[in-house]
Amino acid sequence: MNLILVTFIILLAFTSYYFGRKKALVIQSSQRLTALPKFYGYYLAAWCAAPALIIFALWSVFEPSIVKTFILQDYTDQNLTKNELQLIYTKVKALAAGTYTGNITNFLDESANKYIQLKGIANSAKVAIILAILIFSLSFAYRSVQKNDRMREPVEIFLKWVLFVASLGAVLVTIGIVFSLLFEAIRFFQAVKIFDFIFGTHWYPAKTFVRDGQPDPELMKDAFGAVPLFAGTFFIAFIAMCVAIPIGLLSGIYLSEYAGRGVRKYAKPIIEILAGIPTVVYGFFAALTVGPFVKEIGNAMGLEVSAESALAAGAVMGVMIIPFISSLSDDVMTAVPQNLRDGSYAMGATKSETVKKVIFPAALPGIVGSILLAVSRAVGETMIVVMASGLAANLTMNPLESTSTITAQIVVILIGDQQFGDPKTQSAFALGISLFIVTLFLNVIALSVVKKYREKYE
Amino acid sequence: MSKIKAENVNVYYGSKQALFDVSIDIAEKEVTALIGPSGCGKSTFLRCLNRMNDVIDICRVEGSIKMDNLELNSRKLDVVRLRENVGMVFQKPNPFPKTIYENVAYGPTIHGIAQSKEEMDQIVETSLKKAALWNEVKDRLDEIGTGLSGGQQQRLCIARAISVSPEVILMDEPCSALDPIATAQIEELIDDLKKEVTIVIVTHSMSQAARVSQKTGFFHLGKLIEFGPTDKIFKNPDNQQTQDYITGRFG
Repeated sequence: MNLILVTFIILLAFTSYYFGRKKALVIQSSQRLTALPKFYGYYLAAWCAAPALIIFALWSVFEPSIVKTFILQDYTDQNLTKNELQLIYTKVKALAAGTYTGNITNFLDESANKYIQLKGIANSAKVAIILAILIFSLSFAYRSVQKNDRMREPVEIFLKWVLFVASLGAVLVTIGIVFSLLFEAIRFFQAVKIFDFIFGTHWYPAKTFVRDGQPDPELMKDAFGAVPLFAGTFFIAFIAMCVAIPIGLLSGIYLSEYAGRGVRKYAKPIIEILAGIPTVVYGFFAALTVGPFVKEIGNAMGLEVSAESALAAGAVMGVMIIPFISSLSDDVMTAVPQNLRDGSYAMGATKSETVKKVIFPAALPGIVGSILLAVSRAVGETMIVVMASGLAANLTMNPLESTSTITAQIVVILIGDQQFGDPKTQSAFALGISLFIVTLFLNVIALSVVKKYREKYE
Repeated sequence: MSKIKAENVNVYYGSKQALFDVSIDIAEKEVTALIGPSGCGKSTFLRCLNRMNDVIDICRVEGSIKMDNLELNSRKLDVVRLRENVGMVFQKPNPFPKTIYENVAYGPTIHGIAQSKEEMDQIVETSLKKAALWNEVKDRLDEIGTGLSGGQQQRLCIARAISVSPEVILMDEPCSALDPIATAQIEELIDDLKKEVTIVIVTHSMSQAARVSQKTGFFHLGKLIEFGPTDKIFKNPDNQQTQDYITGRFG
């Protein structure tokens, strides 16, 4: 029903576009148009679609809760809690849809009939109202087309609002995500002291699991210390950067300064393919190929190496990040004006001197920006760590042992069955928001550094 | 006395020929101006003199260019040494995004000229004085060179070029991005510099060529149409095309 209605509105809008344009051509024969003919079409189409769709959306949002209020009115005298009322409403809906399998009481049956009836009324009312609005707004718009009113401004204003609503939606979703993280995290911090979370050195949430009732507060104190996770996160990111920064920068310098046009044309896309490989693939590459390889080499050298080592995960993550650094640093170095290169060469500087003393310093802010973006990518990376570096949150600085990161622990916490309201589940939100703050911080620095660089040359 | 002697120089960009059999004698400690309409090859010729055309992949230079009997257009030539001897100033001021001091010290550093900090300070000061910039910047040598005005930037580039005491300075339309006052300062500077250095300047401004140069060469469509004393070129040229260009009938 809804689908038909929306399709109808959209089809009508298309038709009115062509109709409006045609009308404009008719007007053109007797008087000067106020805008190009297509604006007449847009004007009609916008007036046709926008009010009807807005009313449709509002109706769809509010209809269920209104119907619910009507149904539950009959139960107000029974002194039921909110949850019980919700349960009854769910039952009524299931009964009306014919999917209810429990005991059918008379009372429930009556409510279900009432529900079906209400739904029917609501549907007919919706169709009637929307048809009325379509007729009203179309005839209003058609009148102003006939009068040859100014068409350009209303269409531009309409477009401005469409764009505004789209951006507003994006911003609101972001804010919503941040707040949902924040609220759950706050509830977590009511159970666990923020001090214990930030400075505790033991991460072992499984310990707090109890079958019934509340876990022992003494246990909670020692189970949610996030230090091993932060340490692990930055440790693995550090290993990744040790791999990615040298290789990425050197290949960036090669691409921008040394490679001929032919080499650059093929080499750059090939390096960028690295960025397109799904992280799961990197994950099993790290777990099944690099991990055992590192272990074998370590064992041959007489070292104790875990099969799931921070080194393997970090190294593979570094490979994944190479294209970020090489491609971005190549771009910023290529953007250094040619006349600076000429100036340096004309002084008798060699290519490597020019790169070292002129190109690299001039591009440094952009390069730093690209490195910071890469770090925030490394900090947020999940899959490789989950697969290759184990899940036990060891506090260690030995790259040959396994360690875990914030992201990997969130995965551990949220796979399988969870209980909402449990501190263990809520701890994922606390971890999530700490991670969010860290990457936000890195991104803000990176963007401001890059911006500063841009100002220098413009 | 001849400093640079070019014979039958042909330059190609890919399959397109940009210079045709250019032969020219550039005299020592004089200013030689190269004039001509845009795209006539005068900048291309200038860039042959310090091998800046090497930077362009598709560029090919044929013929002989000798500086003090050293063949410049040879594979065996040490380009770094050549560019130490032949400085260049570009159309758009291009100081490095470094401090004023570092800009001037750039050449002496890469060629290992200064043995000590004091010597380097001395070189920087002399170069800036010769470029008539010292008084304006002596209190802010650690400021970024790109923060100076256009004219000051160009004089900084000249200071950078003379910091390694080159024998020749090539100038590629050094005043085209500058206002008349800055232009006058640069022209005055060129006049001073020619006591010690051979200067080759490419310019679009015929009045500038007339003011600063002793010899003038007129290029057209990749050919050197006429070359001679500036006075003669401007007052009594042999060639009709030169006459037309000078009097503004084309170009």
